[in-house]
Amino acid sequence: MDLNFTSSELAFRDEVRAFLDTKLPKRLSEMVRNGQRLSKADQEEWHAILNEKGWLANHWPKEHGGTGWTAVEKFIFENECALAHAPRVLPFGLSMLGPVLIKYGNDQQKSYWLPRILNGQDWWCQGYSEPGAGSDLAALKTTAVRDGDDYIINGQKTWTTQGQHANMIFCLVRTSKEGKKQEGISFILVDMTTPGIEVRPIKTIDGGFEVNEVFFSDVRVPAENLVGEENKGWTCAKYLLTYERTNIAGVGFSVAALEKLKAIAADQQANEGRLIDDPQFAARLAKVEIELENMKTTNLRVIAAVAGGGVPGAESSMLKVKGTEIRQEITSLTRRAVGSYALPYNPPAFEEGFNGPHIGPDYAAPTAKSYFNNRKLSIFGGSNEIQKNIISKMILGL
Amino acid sequence: MDFNLTDDRRMLADTLSRFIQDQYTIESRNEAANSAIGYSQDLWSQYAELGVIGALFDEENGGFGGKGFDLAVVFENLGRGLVCEPFLDNAILAGGTLAAAGNDAQKAIIEDIIAGSKTATFAHFEPRSRYSLQKVETTAVATDDGWTLNGAKAVVRFIDTADYVIVSARTSNGVNDKDGISLFLLDTASVNLNVNSYNTVAGGRAGEVTLNNLTVSKDALIGEVGQAHDVLEKVVGAGIVALCAEALGVMEAAKEQTVDYIQTRKQFGVPIGKFQALQHRMADILIEIEQVRSAVINAAAALEKEDRVERERALSAAKYTVGHVGQKIAEETIQIHGGIGMAWELPLGHYAKRLVMIDHELGDEDYHLGRYISLGKTLSPTSDQ
Ligand SMILES: Cc1cc2nc3c(=O)[nH]c(=O)nc-3n(C[C@H](O)[C@H](O)[C@H](O)COP(=O)(O)OP(=O)(O)OC[C@H]3O[C@@H](n4cnc5c(N)ncnc54)[C@H](O)[C@@H]3O)c2cc1C
Repeated sequence: MDLNFTSSELAFRDEVRAFLDTKLPKRLSEMVRNGQRLSKADQEEWHAILNEKGWLANHWPKEHGGTGWTAVEKFIFENECALAHAPRVLPFGLSMLGPVLIKYGNDQQKSYWLPRILNGQDWWCQGYSEPGAGSDLAALKTTAVRDGDDYIINGQKTWTTQGQHANMIFCLVRTSKEGKKQEGISFILVDMTTPGIEVRPIKTIDGGFEVNEVFFSDVRVPAENLVGEENKGWTCAKYLLTYERTNIAGVGFSVAALEKLKAIAADQQANEGRLIDDPQFAARLAKVEIELENMKTTNLRVIAAVAGGGVPGAESSMLKVKGTEIRQEITSLTRRAVGSYALPYNPPAFEEGFNGPHIGPDYAAPTAKSYFNNRKLSIFGGSNEIQKNIISKMILGL
Repeated sequence: MDFNLTDDRRMLADTLSRFIQDQYTIESRNEAANSAIGYSQDLWSQYAELGVIGALFDEENGGFGGKGFDLAVVFENLGRGLVCEPFLDNAILAGGTLAAAGNDAQKAIIEDIIAGSKTATFAHFEPRSRYSLQKVETTAVATDDGWTLNGAKAVVRFIDTADYVIVSARTSNGVNDKDGISLFLLDTASVNLNVNSYNTVAGGRAGEVTLNNLTVSKDALIGEVGQAHDVLEKVVGAGIVALCAEALGVMEAAKEQTVDYIQTRKQFGVPIGKFQALQHRMADILIEIEQVRSAVINAAAALEKEDRVERERALSAAKYTVGHVGQKIAEETIQIHGGIGMAWELPLGHYAKRLVMIDHELGDEDYHLGRYISLGKTLSPTSDQ
C-alpha cells in the first residue's frame, strides 16, 4: 500500500497544471468560479481546447481517440481541472454514449459517431426518463416500430438535460411488448432536427432552464441508428449508467467547492470573529472535509479495483450516494455561510460579464441557487434510494 | 394544562385559513411574490379588513391580540398558504418596535399599519453583523436640531413600498456593545434613502440601504437614547415566534403534498408510498414536525415571560429546531418527489425554498444553538459567572 503518487504520476500532474495554466481561458474559469451560466458556445470552446490537446475523451481507449489514461491519471486530471475552475466536460456524448458505442456499436457507427463527439459536430442529450418511467426505467413506453429501413418513434421523454442545445439524442425505446419489460427495449440514436420532435423547456425550482420535455410523433429514424441488437438495449442502458454514476461522485468538484467555501467562511464575520472560527461552523466544515478525504480514497480504491481501467459494477452506487451527499453538504454550507445574503435573488449576477452592483459580498449571489439546483444530484443518475436498493441486492445479497 | 386554542383564536384561524384557500393559487402567489413589489397590495387590504393585522397587536395599541399564541395562530396559517405579504417586517418587527418603545405620535402609525393603509419596515441587520442583535456599525451623531446617520443596512424587507423604516444606529460605545444602540423612525417619502432593491429567493422584495450623512430631526428618535437593545430583543423575539409558526405551517403543507404524491405516483407497478424506505422517512418527518409544533408552543408561551433567560432560551430553542428540521424537510420532500420535486410548476419546491430561507432570517440554526448554550451558562451549577 502506498498512498503517494509515483514520480511519473507527479510529472503527469505537473503537465496537467501547466496545460491548464496556459490553455484554460481566464474568461471561462472566472465564470465557473463565480457560478455563472455557461452558454453552449462557452462549453464548446472548452471542449475544443481539450480536443486539440487530445484530452477530451479521458474515458476512451487510445485507438478511438481517447487518452488511455489509468484510473489514477483520470483522477488527477479531473481533480486539477476542478481546482482550476475549468468548465465541466459535458457527459452525454463523452462519458455516456462514447463508451456504449465503443462496447456495443458496430464499426461503421464507431467510425462515424465517435469523431463527431470529439470534434463537437454533435451535441448529445440523454433520452432515458419518461413521465411514467423514472426509477422504474424499464417501464418506458416510447415506441419504435420498424417500417422498411426506418423505425417510427412515438412517445415522450422528460428531464432531458440540455435538450435545448442538443442536435442528437440517444433514446431507450420499446421495440417489443413481449416477455419481461427489460427485454423489449432498444437503444437508438435520433437526430433532433427530424420532423415530429418538439422540445419544451421545464423551469426548475432555482429559476433555471436546463431540463426539457421531448415529444416524438411519428419520428422516422434510419434503422442503422440502432446500437446493438433490437430488444437488447437494456444491456447498453445499464452499462452506460455505471459510467454516469461514477462521474456524479464528483470528488474534484467537491474539492474545489470546499476550498471556495473555506475562503467564504474566512471572510464572513460571526460572533465578533470570523465564521471559520465559529465552533458550530468549524465543526460542520471539519466533518465534511473528513468525509471528502475519505471519499477521495474510496473513489480511487473502487476505480483501481477494476482491471484495465473499465468501470466498476455495483460499487459505483457507493460512490454515487456518498459523493453526492458530500457535494450537497458543501453547497448547503456555502449557502449557510453567507447568512442573510442567501436571500437576494439576482439573476443578472448569473450571467457572464456581470460587474455589479453586487448585493452583499460578490460570492453570495449563486449560493442559494446552487444549493437548490444541486438537490438534483441525489435524484438523477438513478436516485440515491435506487442506489441503496442496488447495494442491498448486489453487494449485500439481500 | 390545556393545549386547545381559545374560541377567539380558533375563529381567527378558521377565517384566515378559508380566506387563504379561496384567494391563493400557487400561480397567483408566485406572480405576486416575484413581482416588482413582491406582494399583492390588494390582498394586503383584504387582510386588513379581515382583522388579521389587528390580531398581531394588543388592545392598548388598537389591536385585539398580540400575544405569542395570536402570532402563532396567524403565522402557521400564513405558512400553510405560503403567504408572501409583509406581515413579519411590517407588523411584527416595525409595528412591534413602535408599540414597545414609540411615543404617542409614533404609535399613531400603528393604526395605519393595522388598517393596511401604511406599511413600515425594519432596518437593523447590517452587511457585516450576520445575525447579531448588538453589532451595529451604523452611527447616529447628535446635531443641534437632530441626528446625522451613516452606515448600511442589509436585506431590508419590502423597503420599496414601505412608508416608514425603523433604523438602528450606534449613538455611543463600541461596535459590539449592547449599550449605545438607538432607534430612529424615518418617513421614506421625506428622507433621501439610497436603496438598491431586488426580489428574494423565496418571494418578496428587499433592498440594501445606504445611509450617507442622512439628517433626521430630533423627533425621529424612538425610545431612550442608547437603550434600544432590549427593544430589539423583544421585537425580534416576537419575530422568532412568528417565523417558527410560519415554518410549522410550511412543513405541514409540504408533508401533506408529499404524502398525497407518493400515494398516487406509481413505479414498479405500485404507488411509491408502498416502499418502506420512503414510509420510514415520512414517519420521521411527521415525528420531527410534532417536535417543531411543541417548540413553537414553548416559544409562544415564553414570549410574555419576564425571566429573560427562560424566555430567550425557549425562543432560541424553537428557532434552532425549526432551522434544523426545516432544512431536513425541505430536502427530504424534494427527494421523495423525485425529479418532479425540482419543477418550478409544483408548489412543493416553493415551500421547500421558503423553509430553507426562514433559517436565514433572524438567526440560523447555528446562531441560535450557540445563543441557547451561552444563555444556559448563567443557569449551570458549574458556571463561574
Ligand atoms: C435536473 C435533472 C436532470 C435530469 N436529466 C436527465 C437526462 O438528461 N436524461 C434522462 O433520461 N433523465 C434525466 N433526469 C431524470 C432522472 O433520472 C429521474 O428523475 C430519476 O431517475 C428519478 O425518477 P423520477 O423522477 O421519475 O422519480 P420516481 O422514480 O417517481 O421516484 C420518486 C421517489 O421514489 C423513490 N423510489 C422509487 N422507487 C423506489 C424503490 N423501489 N424503493 C425506494 N424508493 C424508491 C425515488 O428514489 C424518489 O425518491 C433528470 C432529472 C433531474 C431532476
